[in-house]
Amino acid sequence: MVDGIPRNSKIAVAMSGGVDSSVTAALLVEQGYEVFGMMLRLWSEPGQQAANRCCTPESMAVARRIAAQLEIPFYAIDAKDTFRDTVVQTFIDGYTQGITPNPCLACNRHIRWEYLLNRALSLGADYMATGHYARLERTPGQPVRLLQGIDADKDQSYVLSILDQAQLQRAVLPVGGYTKPQVREIAERHKLPSARTKDSQDLCFLAGTDYHSFLARHAPETQNPGEIVNAAGETLGRHQGLANYTIGQRKGLGIAHSQPLYVLAKNVTDNTLVVGYLEELGEDQLTAGAVNWVSGPPPSEPFQAEIKIRYTAGLVPGQVSPIGADKFAVKFDHPQRDITPGQAAVIYLGEQAIASGIIEGAQTPAAKQTAVRLIE
Amino acid sequence: MSDYTEHIYLDYAATTPLDPRVMEAMQPYFQQDFGNPSSIHSRGQKAEAAVENARERIAEIFNCKPGEVIFTSCGSESDNLALRGAALAASQQRGANHILISPVEHPAVSKTAEQLASHFGFELEYLPADQYGLVSAADVESHLRADSAVVSVMYANNEIGTINPVSEIGEVCRQAGVPFHSDAVQAGAHLEIDLSTQAIDLLSLGAHKLYGPKGVGILIAREGTPLLAAQTGGGQEHEMRAGTSNVAFIVGQAEAFSLANQEREQRRAKLVEMRDHLIRSVLQTIPESMLTGHPAARLPNHASFAFKGVDGNQLLIILDSAGYACSSGSACKTGNPEPSAVVKAIGVEEGWALGTLRVTLSHLTADDHLENFLSFLPEAVRRVRAL
Repeated sequence: MVDGIPRNSKIAVAMSGGVDSSVTAALLVEQGYEVFGMMLRLWSEPGQQAANRCCTPESMAVARRIAAQLEIPFYAIDAKDTFRDTVVQTFIDGYTQGITPNPCLACNRHIRWEYLLNRALSLGADYMATGHYARLERTPGQPVRLLQGIDADKDQSYVLSILDQAQLQRAVLPVGGYTKPQVREIAERHKLPSARTKDSQDLCFLAGTDYHSFLARHAPETQNPGEIVNAAGETLGRHQGLANYTIGQRKGLGIAHSQPLYVLAKNVTDNTLVVGYLEELGEDQLTAGAVNWVSGPPPSEPFQAEIKIRYTAGLVPGQVSPIGADKFAVKFDHPQRDITPGQAAVIYLGEQAIASGIIEGAQTPAAKQTAVRLIE
Repeated sequence: MSDYTEHIYLDYAATTPLDPRVMEAMQPYFQQDFGNPSSIHSRGQKAEAAVENARERIAEIFNCKPGEVIFTSCGSESDNLALRGAALAASQQRGANHILISPVEHPAVSKTAEQLASHFGFELEYLPADQYGLVSAADVESHLRADSAVVSVMYANNEIGTINPVSEIGEVCRQAGVPFHSDAVQAGAHLEIDLSTQAIDLLSLGAHKLYGPKGVGILIAREGTPLLAAQTGGGQEHEMRAGTSNVAFIVGQAEAFSLANQEREQRRAKLVEMRDHLIRSVLQTIPESMLTGHPAARLPNHASFAFKGVDGNQLLIILDSAGYACSSGSACKTGNPEPSAVVKAIGVEEGWALGTLRVTLSHLTADDHLENFLSFLPEAVRRVRAL
């Protein structure tokens, strides 16, 4: 039994053909739940050779085979239009506005845990399970708490921190209590395929192309060349479109300079790329909006916590100040070099993810601003 | 309900379970009388006798000559052989290169015709169909040309159940001297077909729609119909379809057609009663619902609907998870919603075209199973509409 999930529950499993969701289904079947599989068909750019990486015909066939092996029904759910209108459009809009959006967050919020969950519920499911490495703690009468997965290397609580209580109450995450090697063992025990495919970092809908050429096709204005300037406003060169650069980037700027230069900021208003020296890089404050307090209203006072500013970043300490219910500010104990507007900042107390917000801006430490001015 | 055996199966136009009597008839030919009908020895002779006996039984049922019965691997293969074989032969013999088909054909016909057009230089023309998917003999007559190579109009439609006036269409074609093909894979399971009175030159049939095995079919090609073999080799099936005969399945197919022929009237009476009850109930209990296909000229086991504002795939999934197996006009396991060619051809309005449902019955369908289905369907449609 999964903690807090009644024995006679009907559970939909969001399958991908991968080992994690396959093991998720196998564990729930083994525990005696009534299980069925679902798999999304997502959008990819028309005319591209490859399909959306999350739902290639091959992975769909694998998922079907696994469902047959587990003797559970399997349904393909088309979400192409809604995926295009929400996730892909958010991605394009984000780059147009000079931020670096995280489409996986939008997908989890709008596609997996809304569109797919609604369909699972309409099929009579009580819960929906996914193969995410995160844990849910259910205490009767209390909000569901979202905890990091047991396997620290695989933890995916970051992408689930955008879920609200209504969604979390329906969620079941069986593999969060295992390490990846344990999951592979379970797969072997159930004779499930567990090919060690390398996790791709590419976005699923790019279908084999890179995001620069994707944006060039779908948001050509992000490719408008402009000036590269330093903090003092001096022109140092030309850039090839702001969308092609990320904060902290050093290589590929195309400027000959006595010292290495780094991307400090992207100004959409005047289409300039601001660069500077290593010591100018890094900020110690951020503000975030569209905040989701996962398990209840925010504390009224500032508090010390650990913060993750990207899916792949580590946890770093800082002080969190809630601003109303919808925003928070973070003052880091040490400046961070890659605070990127558009990514989520997720706040942890110990192993519990308590809030996530979309990074809106970062502030340079006052002391460093002074120091830089002195150098100049 | 996830146990498939608990499912109430209402998709008999997709396929049917094997009749135990058919299974019994097939049994000897797997291990005991396993010979190759082409062999000289007595084991081979025994198998050959079984195949030829099956051919005679089929000829008797359809009132044609055994030499006109070609065994194939399925209805789709029969359609391919008919279209490609007749078109290529007509092109070769009389330079004809015009192909005329209805807009409501099974893909086995329409895709073959499209390939003949795209790769073999034929001109493909579609006949008009009315809102029920009916093709008229008058329209066929007005579209026929001196250089028409072959005409193909489905006997009864798989998606919407409509039965076409194929006898009249056949007459028109025969007058014009153009071979007429009809895909009767669905019709053959239910309707009496008499080729001594019906002018159909090429008739496709399959066994698995009438409690026979999958993987075997028939093309009846009337004498004097020019046909080029699609599969060449050892000269089996009157040089029209090479390949070692699938003896057991050919025997099973003949048995299935014999049983369907003998029991046709009982089956039909039961089916029509259930079908009409089903149609009345659905149209009464579900708001914004319509029957697709012809209200009277339709297969006895076939009910098909369109619902406004419904995603047909979602509806099928909800029905399946509640234990009911049905189909839709846009049945596509990959989950890609697109109205079918048939639904487009009969002009189902936008907003309705994706919301199709096909319910096809067996004479063995239990009344209470049908009632359970009819009481759940309105709820299923409500749920899809709420998504």
